Parts: sequence; C-alpha cells; structure tokens
Amino acid sequence: MSARSYAYYPGCSSKGVGRAYEESLLAVFERLGVGLDELEDWNCCGATAWPSVDQDQAFALAARNLALAEERAAAPGPVDLISPCNGCYRALLKAQRALEGHGGTVEKITGALSAIGLDYTGRTRVRHPIDILVNEIGIDAIERAVVRPLSGVRVASYYGCLLVRPYATFDDRHNPTSMDRLIAAIGGEPVDWPLKTRCCGGSCYCGGPVIGVMPEATMQLSHALLREATKRGADVVATICSLCHFNLEGFQDRMTRRFGHPHDIPVAFISQLIGLALGIDERRLGLHRLLRWRLPERTPAEVEGGAHARA
Amino acid sequence: MREPEGGRRVPPDSPNGGPKIGVYVCHCGLNIAGKVDVGAVVEFAASLPHVTVARDSKFMCSDPGQELIQQDLRDGLVNRVVVASCSPLMHEATFRRATAAGGESPSHFQMASIREHVAWVTANGDDATEKAKALVAGAVRRVALHEVLEPRRSPVRPDVMVVGGGIAGIHAALTLADAGKHVYLVERETTIGGHMAKFDKTFPTLDCAACILTPKMSAVRAHPNITLWTYSDVVAVQGYAGDFRVRVRHRPRYVREDLCTGCLACIDACVHKQGKFEDEWNEGLSKRKPIYIPFPQATPPVVVVDRDACIWFKTGKCPRTCVEACERNAFDFEQTETYDEVDVGAIILATGYRTFDASRMPEYGYGLYPNVYTSLEVERLLNAAGPTGGEVVLRDGSRPRTVGIIHCVGSRDAKHNLWCSKVCCMYSLKLAHMVKERIGAEVYNFYIDMRTPGKGYEEFYDKVLREGVHMVRGRVAGVTDEAASPEEEGHLVIRAEDTLIGAVRRIPVDMVILAVGIEPQPDAQEVRRLFNVSCGSEGFFTERHPKLAPVSTFTDGVFLAGACQGPKDIPESVAQAGAAAAEALAMIDRGHVMLEASTAFIDDAACSGCKTCVGLCPFNAISFDEERKKASVNEVVCKGCGICVGACPSGAAQQHLFTDDEILSEIEGVLAYV
Amino acid sequence: MPVQSVPATRDRGIDRPSGRPAPRSGNRSKRTRWRPVRDQSKFEAQLEPGFAEEIAAEVEGGERLHQCIQCGTCSSVCPLSAYMDLTPRRLIAMARAGARDDVLHSVSPWVCTSCYACTIECPKQIPITEIMHALRRISLREVTYPRRFITPVMTREFVDMIQDRGRSTESWISLNLYLKTKPTELLKSAPTGVRLLRKGRLGIRRESIKAREDLRAMLKAVAS
Repeated sequence: MSARSYAYYPGCSSKGVGRAYEESLLAVFERLGVGLDELEDWNCCGATAWPSVDQDQAFALAARNLALAEERAAAPGPVDLISPCNGCYRALLKAQRALEGHGGTVEKITGALSAIGLDYTGRTRVRHPIDILVNEIGIDAIERAVVRPLSGVRVASYYGCLLVRPYATFDDRHNPTSMDRLIAAIGGEPVDWPLKTRCCGGSCYCGGPVIGVMPEATMQLSHALLREATKRGADVVATICSLCHFNLEGFQDRMTRRFGHPHDIPVAFISQLIGLALGIDERRLGLHRLLRWRLPERTPAEVEGGAHARA
Repeated sequence: MREPEGGRRVPPDSPNGGPKIGVYVCHCGLNIAGKVDVGAVVEFAASLPHVTVARDSKFMCSDPGQELIQQDLRDGLVNRVVVASCSPLMHEATFRRATAAGGESPSHFQMASIREHVAWVTANGDDATEKAKALVAGAVRRVALHEVLEPRRSPVRPDVMVVGGGIAGIHAALTLADAGKHVYLVERETTIGGHMAKFDKTFPTLDCAACILTPKMSAVRAHPNITLWTYSDVVAVQGYAGDFRVRVRHRPRYVREDLCTGCLACIDACVHKQGKFEDEWNEGLSKRKPIYIPFPQATPPVVVVDRDACIWFKTGKCPRTCVEACERNAFDFEQTETYDEVDVGAIILATGYRTFDASRMPEYGYGLYPNVYTSLEVERLLNAAGPTGGEVVLRDGSRPRTVGIIHCVGSRDAKHNLWCSKVCCMYSLKLAHMVKERIGAEVYNFYIDMRTPGKGYEEFYDKVLREGVHMVRGRVAGVTDEAASPEEEGHLVIRAEDTLIGAVRRIPVDMVILAVGIEPQPDAQEVRRLFNVSCGSEGFFTERHPKLAPVSTFTDGVFLAGACQGPKDIPESVAQAGAAAAEALAMIDRGHVMLEASTAFIDDAACSGCKTCVGLCPFNAISFDEERKKASVNEVVCKGCGICVGACPSGAAQQHLFTDDEILSEIEGVLAYV
Repeated sequence: MPVQSVPATRDRGIDRPSGRPAPRSGNRSKRTRWRPVRDQSKFEAQLEPGFAEEIAAEVEGGERLHQCIQCGTCSSVCPLSAYMDLTPRRLIAMARAGARDDVLHSVSPWVCTSCYACTIECPKQIPITEIMHALRRISLREVTYPRRFITPVMTREFVDMIQDRGRSTESWISLNLYLKTKPTELLKSAPTGVRLLRKGRLGIRRESIKAREDLRAMLKAVAS
C-alpha cells in the first residue's frame, strides 16, 4: 500500500446531500493507506450555474482551487487534486484545460489570481477518485484488501454524464468499465446495461432537492435509468456523484406515482460498497444516511450461477 | 558555363548567331492592360540590350499573337523570345511550341508573368507598370543565357499492368486487351470481381450484379491478351514511365491452377464435415472449410487451401480425402511462393476501397447487438449465393418485421471521415427497396441529405418513395435496446429527431442496417510508395488534377481507376477505367515519352561523393556509383524539381535552364531596373 | 412485479412512456383547440443576421456553428430534446437565420442539463453545450428568460450565494427556489426534506469560506 496522500476537493454537496459519499470515500482511502487532505478554504467550483452567467468568472472560481492545490503542494511536479463529484470534476477540469492554453482569458484569470496572492503555473491535475482507485491504487490491491466480498450482489454502475463528457481522461467515453471492474474486484456482479452514461438530470437540481416547473422532464430521466437497471436485474445502483445519487434516490416514490412504474431500488455510492467489502463499519460509511438501503442475501447456488441465475 | 574574369557573362551562340531578343507584351484583354501600362513596358523593353523587337498584342496566346512570334523568327529578326503575359503554368507550353514552330529551339524562350505576379496582385497602376518592367528586364537578361536543349524521348514498352481485379481493373484490362495490348492483371484475392461480386443487385437499374459482372470476368479469363494472376500481389517496382520492371509474388493455393477445373468435389470430401472457419467472403456471417472457393463464379474457378486452417499443414496428420476426390490430380501441397518479373510500359492502379469499420462507432451497437448489420453483410444476406441463400433472416433465424437503415456511418463526420462516400444514399435506397420487396418489412431510412445525382438516381428515389419506405430526415446518434414503453420491449430502438415534421421519434426495429462509408484500403500508403504516387490527406490516391486529369498521376506512366482514387459508384469506376486505359494506350501507341528538358545533371569534376542528393530525390532519380564515388542523375526519371541542386554543398548538382548564371542574371536584371 | 397501466395526467408532453400523446378527453376539446390563424412569415427586417456571430464570439470553437449541416444528431442524443420548444438543431438553425428574439425566448437553454452528449456526437464538433450556456448568459443579460422557470431562478440564487459566501448551502438555496418558483411544492417536498434533515444531509448552517473578500475581488476583476 502506498503512503501517498492527495489533495482533496470535496465540493459543496459533500457537506450536504452527498455527505455519505465523503464519509465513505475517506474511510475507503484510509483503509487502503492513501490520504485525502481536504483543500483548505476551497470554494465552490461554479458547477453548471456559473457558466450561465459569466464564463470567465466560472473559470476563475474553479482556478482558485487549482491554484490553492498547487500552492499547498509539498513536492514539485504535477499536483493531483481529487474531485469526487462529477459536476465539480468537470468544472475544475475545464478550468485546468483552459489555463493550459494561451491568450487573453488565461492572462486575465492568472492575473486576477496573482492579485489575491495566488500564483498558478498549471501544475494541478484534476482527477476523479475512481481514476485513483483503478489506476493508481490498482484493482489488485483492492482485491487483496477485500475481507467480506459482496457475494454476487448485482450492481448497476451508473457513471453519470460528466465523468466521460466532454473529457474522457481515464475511461472509454461510450462504454466505461472502471466502476464495473471495481465491483467485480469486491465480489459483486456488474450488471451490463446501456444507460451507464445517460444523464440523470442532475444539473437541473443543482443546489438542492427541488422540483420546479418541469417535473416530468427531469424525473423522466431518472425514471428511465432506474427502470432499466431494475429490469436488468440490479440489486443496487452504484453512483460516483452526489447529484446523480440524490436524483436517483430521492424521488422514487414520486416517480412510481407519476409513471405508474414501481421504483424501489437502493442507490449507494460505490465507495460505500467498496467500504463494505473492505470490512469497514456501516455507520462509518454513512449507510444510515441513505433514504433506502438493503442488500439481498444470495444463496451460494445463485452466486455460483452468476448471470445465468438471473430471474 | 563559367563566368569569365571581371567581364560580362557571355551568352552562348545560337545556331543563328548572338542573341537577338524579341519581347512580346500581352494585354490579356483588360486583365493586364487594365492595370499595367503596356505601351510603356514595350517602349522600355525596346531600350534593353540585345532586344531587337518589342511588340504588344491583345491576346498573345491567340493565333495572331503566336504568329507575331513565328514571323519574327522566320524573318531572322529574333532568335530569343520573351513573352510578358500570364503564368508559365498557363501558356509556357503554348509559346514554346510557337518558338519551335518558328524554327528556333523551344528552350530559347522565357516567360515573365505580369498577370498573376503583377496585374492581379498590385493595387496601384504605376507600381504595377514599374514591376512589370523589372520582370521583363530580368527575363531579357536571363533568356540571353539559355542553352539549346534538345527534346529527348525514351521508348515505351508495349505491355500494361493493371493492379486490382475489381470492376475498374477488369474493364481497363479488357479495353487494353481488345486494343491488342498484352495486359497483366494482378489481383490480391483468389478471385477477381472485387466488391461488386459481393452485391446482390446494383442501383439504379436493379441489375443482378453477378449477371452483369460475370460475363466480363469470363472475358478476362478467356482473353488471349490477358495474363490473369490472382492470389498475387506486387512486391517491387523499378523503372520509370514507359519502362517499368515489376516483381509480382504469387501465393500458393496448394492446388495447380492449370489442372483444377473447379468441380468442387474436394470441398465436399474435406474431413471437416462442416465449415468451421470464418468465411471472409460472406463477411463473417458463415463458416467455411479450410479448402474453399469464395463463390460459385469465382474466376479463375480454382479452389484454395487456407494453410492456417488446414489440418494437414497444422499437424501433418490428415487422410487428405480432398486429394483422393480430385480426379485431375491437381493438388500440390509442396507449392511455395513463386515470383515473376515483367517489363511493362504503363501501370493502372485499380486497387479499390474498403468499407468503414462500424465497430469504431460503438454507439450504433455493431458487434454488441446481434441484429445490427453493415450494408455489406446485408448484401451477402440478400445474395442467393450468400450465407442464407438470399433469405433476409436475422442471426437467430427470425424474420425482421421492421428495419432501420442508418445513413452516413463513418462519413461526413469530423470524428471519423469528413467526406461524403457518395454511394451510400443510393445503396441504402436499394437495400430499402429490396428488403421491402423480399419480406414486406416496414423500412425506415434515417438520413441527413438524400444524395441521388446520377442518371436515373432521382427517379430511383422517387420509386422507393412510392413503395412506402419511411424517410426520416435526422441523423441517428445511437441505437439502444432500452425499452421506454411496452411496444419497445424486445426490439432495438432508434431515436432520432425527424427534422421534417419537427418531432423527436422513437422507432422500435428488429434489424438495423448501417450504411458504412467508403475508405481507402488499409495498405494504401504502402502501395503508393511502391508505385511512387501520392495519397491525399484522406488516404486516396492523388490524381494529377481533380478536374482535368482525374486518371493520371504525377508519376508518368502510372494511372488510376476506380474507388482507389476516391469514393465512386460502378458507372464512374468503369468510365474512369476506360479513361485510364485510353491514356495508357496513348502512351503505348505513341511508342515514346517526351522527357523533361530542364533536368538536373551532376558535374563529375565537382562531385565530392557526399551522397546528400541521393536520398533527397523524391523521384528516386539519382544513383550513386560506389566505384567512382560519384552521383549521377537519370535524366529520364528526373522531373527537374531542383531539390538536389539546392542541397548540393559543392555546387556539382546543377539544372538545365536553372543554372546559377541564369538565375543570378534574372535577379540582376530585376535589380538593375529597380 | 407487474407493470401497472399508465394513468392519464394533465401534462401535455409527447415523450410519455407509451410514446403516444395524452388522450384528449371528449370531442369538445378537439374542436376548440386550434392555433391562431395569422401570418407567421419571417421577414428579413425582423431578423438579425449577426446573431450567429454574436454567439460564436462568446464560445471557443463557436464559429463552427456555421458549418452545421442540420443533421439532427444533437436532438437525437439529447435526453431532453423531446421537452424543448426548439430542439438543439432547430435552435442553431434559427440562430443562423437571425431569429434572435425566438431563440432568446426559448426555454430550451434552460431545459438543457449540460450533459455534453450533443457536443460529443456532433459530426462537425460544434460546441453545442457551450452555445447553450452562451444563450443563457445573453438571456439573463437581456431578461428574456422564462419567468418563474426553475433554472434561471436557481442560477441567480446560486450565483448570489457563491458571490457572498464562496460555497453553496443546499438547504437555503432550495428554500429560496421553492419560494420564488412554486411555493406549493414546498409542502410536497417537506417530507423528503425532513428525512434528509434527520439523516444529517441537510445542513442548516451556512457554508462559507474564509477568504470571501479575495473571492469577490477576483470575480470582479475577471467579470466580462
């Protein structure tokens, strides 16, 4: 196990609806011997709301975090900044890419950063925790650390849209497999389904659990996802974004009423599932914070049969 | 020609004495005269040393204009000609001919471009006139130093090689053979016929592809003037226009071509009771045995043994029932690769295309969902000689009731190929018609634009519309098996914006056909290096001129025909093949090629043997004599590009008509005036 | 579990589970529902031809919108295109035609969820999502966005909060949103809110950064 430690950008949702994501992520990384140091005085990434108002300001917001990470880095060279929420991941990555170029915008932003005492030289690399788990810590290391495999629990991995769009940095854009490989490594059975990266409508909810004047449109997206996952036999949907998680989890009863299709499937963060397999306490993983949670008991025969044992 | 100490350069004498330069300034209507004061240029020219005549004309390139030059030459008033007009690319050849017609060497001519280089690019009239005068002054000084270059010719060998046995290659070979020329037709596959042999019917006439192709294939085989080499490829090409030496490799079939009659008894007798290996001819939709023939009318009708699949080759233990079954004793498992070297005067490249690999677009589900097919696979399904005997059935044996055809797969797409593949709209309409006719399915075509420009094509579109094929104008982003409603269960779903009615539609289908585009062959780069031609950025072979020279290349003697030059349909491929054959024929029948006069040459005395020039020559025209340690230029291949001249550190490499003196004197002429 | 039949509702969206529009009740509605019969031509005087350039100037790579071949791939892949009044493809066409007013009053940019599927699939690599953002920006500047529509209201709230404190507190944003768009929703969502509160997922305390002044100064310095 490496004694590495990464700069960690929580994002606004980690303290709110996505609290369990942060809890479980920190627990899992700690168990795997990797530190996550919360970036001090991080500010909001700007999400999707800010580019709707002012693109340069959106870049600046995100850039302040990139600059903070660079400043706090102990060693020279590239600085990894872990961003668990897909929305923040994209916003920060977009700013990172923009500042790798040249031109008026770059100068304006780096100038404004300097004016508040932050010099950014472009060393920060925004990374997703899944990228770190699969490509830095490694599937093998995780597999070795498993003490309570998931025993054939069927997991539909929901990657979300912003993980692979517009930048697909560590996984295939049309058919990503990182989460599925992690699920397999912890003893679960990955469910193959076609909606891995179809948007859940998260940004329409950004900022909180609101359904405003377009309930059908946004609920329809999550409804389609859950319907398909259930149809393919999933016991639980795994997510890697606080907003996606809340969307899929928070309105199942309303969807059932609205669309006449029963929705009752637990949605968990993949870090919670990994944490379970690593033997971490349920409470520490924030499982009690989920609005619905259960895992099926699988008979040995069912586990043996795998995909063919699906009802 | 060396400069004498401290004196002017001495112009060489022409057969008619010292230089008497005639300057002819063209008005080119108003193109030049509208900006440049032609009269002033003429007056100025008359004042220059050695200029005996200075005239102007409205259109120098016209007959009267050319007659001016010729008359002065005949009258002995001039023996060097300068024309100040358009660019050399336009009319250098014209004026050189005029000079020759007047009895003077055509190399005693120089052009000053005062249209493209002056009138068309200078804003102010006075500036333009001054610049024109300067260019004329340069040309006058230069032409005085031009040497006489005898036009040379090189003989052309009488035979022709056609590389590629698809419809284009076949047609070119037949045309040349009918003209009495001997043709070597080299085809990489075990049979000629190309892609066309795989189709069922061809648009817009719905002719059966095999019915119109096989007579030509038979004709090729039967023609006394065609040497048909299948299962062969070209491995080396040496030489130059009119005299190519080509080395061809023949791969072993393990069956003697001269004995096999194509009775196919051996295939039945093979120890494999059923096919086990992917049948490439059927696009992987069926399996074949290690011994096979691609299709019944394969030409030549000779079976082939797949060495990698055959038990005899893999283990040495097989009763070889195939040999037993052969009444002609045609088997020869000891066969090895053989080679032939032939000399030909011209080469026609007709190597065809490949289709876009649909697995590069995972969003369409090819390879993921079994009911997603490419158009070529469906051609095989429709073909009576194909894997399903002409039945349109899915991999599970069921018949599709609804079919979606997606246009522009891999084409018109910045992520894959930018170009339009030209034939896909038509073949998609054809497939729509055929599927509907065969099984009565509901057919939906999803397109961006409907491209039906050829003869009878728009009428074909009209016919298909009348038959009730649904046209949805909207490019499909992806195919899914997600069912959003009960009617979609168990189907593939195509979601597209029907831009014409202005609504997003979800259409459940049983079968998806991807209209894959046309791409260059994967080995196009290797092939082009072999034959010394170029490829465009998209990978198709480059023609000499897209409008006026579509079948020749920048390598004299190598011609192009068919889709290897760019996506095209069968009538165009055949037309191009005929054109390529005609141009090759012109070369062969003329019997000689005229060689570029201003070639490079190496001054032996100055050559230090550094070999810098050898590798730089893009036409492989420079060879190195290891004994003498001197480079020399093959003037037949040399195109006069000047790269070696520029690179030579010792100044040994020089170029006729572009010697240092000639170039420097032109510069001096310009500077002296300016 | 068996799938229950779909109940009829009052919504008029087309992209319903059954794929068919909601059945109209009674003949009376069929006969009285007709579009106004008036001249809907677009005359050159009403159109503003520089609009496409205006958008392109705001977006990196935006000039590629001139190369749009109107294939409709964006609408095909957009998960919300069926809910938009102007599909992404149509929006681009209208922008090019100079129908500035129609485009800026469209709800489409506010329905867009920024999933970038259109941008990825576009065969001309037009940055469509960024164009949607640009349209939002112009729409906010010129106050043409739909009234009391959730997305622009949320955008404003969000931006104000970040400007003030540097981080967003979901509970407070949600509250403001409900109050400013549809207060009755508050009652409907209350139970979920309470559950979240109990599970510690709805912080009441306002999140804030320390360097608030710095942030504000920086934002001011880069404002367009």
